Amino acid sequence: MQIAMTVNRQAVAAEVEPRTLLVDFLREQLALTGTHVGCDTSQCGACVVLVDGRSIKSCTLLAVQAAGATVTTIEGLAAEGILHPVQSAFREAHALQCGFCTPGMILSVVDLLQHHPDPSEATIREWLSGNLCRCTGYHNIVRAVQQAAAELR
Amino acid sequence: MERFDYHRPTSVAAACAALRADPDARLLAGGMSLLPTMKLGLATPSTLIDLCEVPELSGIAVDGDSLVIGAMTCHAEVARDPLVRARLPALALLAGGIGDVQVRYRGTLGGALANNDPAADYPAAALALGADIVTDRRTVSAAAFFTDLFETALDVDEVVVAVRFPCPRRAAYAKLPHPASRYAIAGVFVADTAAGPRVAVTGAGPLVFRDAALEAALAGSFASAALADVAIDPDNLNDDPYASAAYRAHQVMVLARRAVDTLA
Repeated sequence: MQIAMTVNRQAVAAEVEPRTLLVDFLREQLALTGTHVGCDTSQCGACVVLVDGRSIKSCTLLAVQAAGATVTTIEGLAAEGILHPVQSAFREAHALQCGFCTPGMILSVVDLLQHHPDPSEATIREWLSGNLCRCTGYHNIVRAVQQAAAELR
Repeated sequence: MERFDYHRPTSVAAACAALRADPDARLLAGGMSLLPTMKLGLATPSTLIDLCEVPELSGIAVDGDSLVIGAMTCHAEVARDPLVRARLPALALLAGGIGDVQVRYRGTLGGALANNDPAADYPAAALALGADIVTDRRTVSAAAFFTDLFETALDVDEVVVAVRFPCPRRAAYAKLPHPASRYAIAGVFVADTAAGPRVAVTGAGPLVFRDAALEAALAGSFASAALADVAIDPDNLNDDPYASAAYRAHQVMVLARRAVDTLA
């Protein structure tokens, strides 16, 4: 099937099989490998991207379902070489260890801060319940979210 | 995943026609259950009929003493909708506790009911509240809709259009979520309705069920103290690596008391 969508502010058109997952389309056809495949069962959140502004798990969405949508991956978050405030906060608060979960974490947090500009620790932890960090670095992730929230307010 | 064709009809009638034309076609709502099932090879539909562009399936409205919610309404919308939060806050809280944020953006009310996962949350609300499931051709009571494990009364070419939830005097839902999937290891929906107290249990058995003993106890006094001497028979409950049948029976009572306590 022929599909078209906007990915990281660029129009893309491609031929895909209906069974192609959005994450595979991003990684293999668009070479945007910043979006990771972790569990592949929609539990770990490594594959989270924004589709029309909402964080979704791209391992459980077909590329054809995203036809016509606006998609933002971790590669599209920095503008003109300047890190997004959530990216900066993750770096400054040491909110990553191995970094595998980080792209999904950051895009979930971008969505969180659209809805909750000043989230409590409980709100942050609840919101991130669909993003698993196997290094168990949650403490610094929460600190980074609070720092980014303050920066963006 | 096996190969399949993909269609996006723009009306319920076209979706029904597509189902009739191909007995191996399946409807795609949010895909939060169907796509993982297809990845595992447990479902191999020839065609997916995506309902995302059917306008008749969306919307939340008040109709008399009921709330009518379109089948394609996602859990996140139910959780934050002002009408649902005002008229049926227990349903908004239930929807806000399904899966995680990303699942709630995609998963839908109609999909959850039609899938009838024995550990899903919505069937407990539908059964306890005496909801009606409105399809393209008829209205089915929740009591008649959930027929067996992952089975419903829907015909092969039938589409859920909306769900009509009668608003109770008060209601609450409490669940013990699985720590990874957030499905209910056990979940109890308690409703104080015009027809008396109604209690529906999900996650604990092979099919969502009402419990007559719990309802009778609450009819005497709608307070958790009234449940002190009630017990659930573990004989027909699920027994798996997450929880034994005896543990689930115990949890159902804990959750029932917890739900009633939130209404005190």
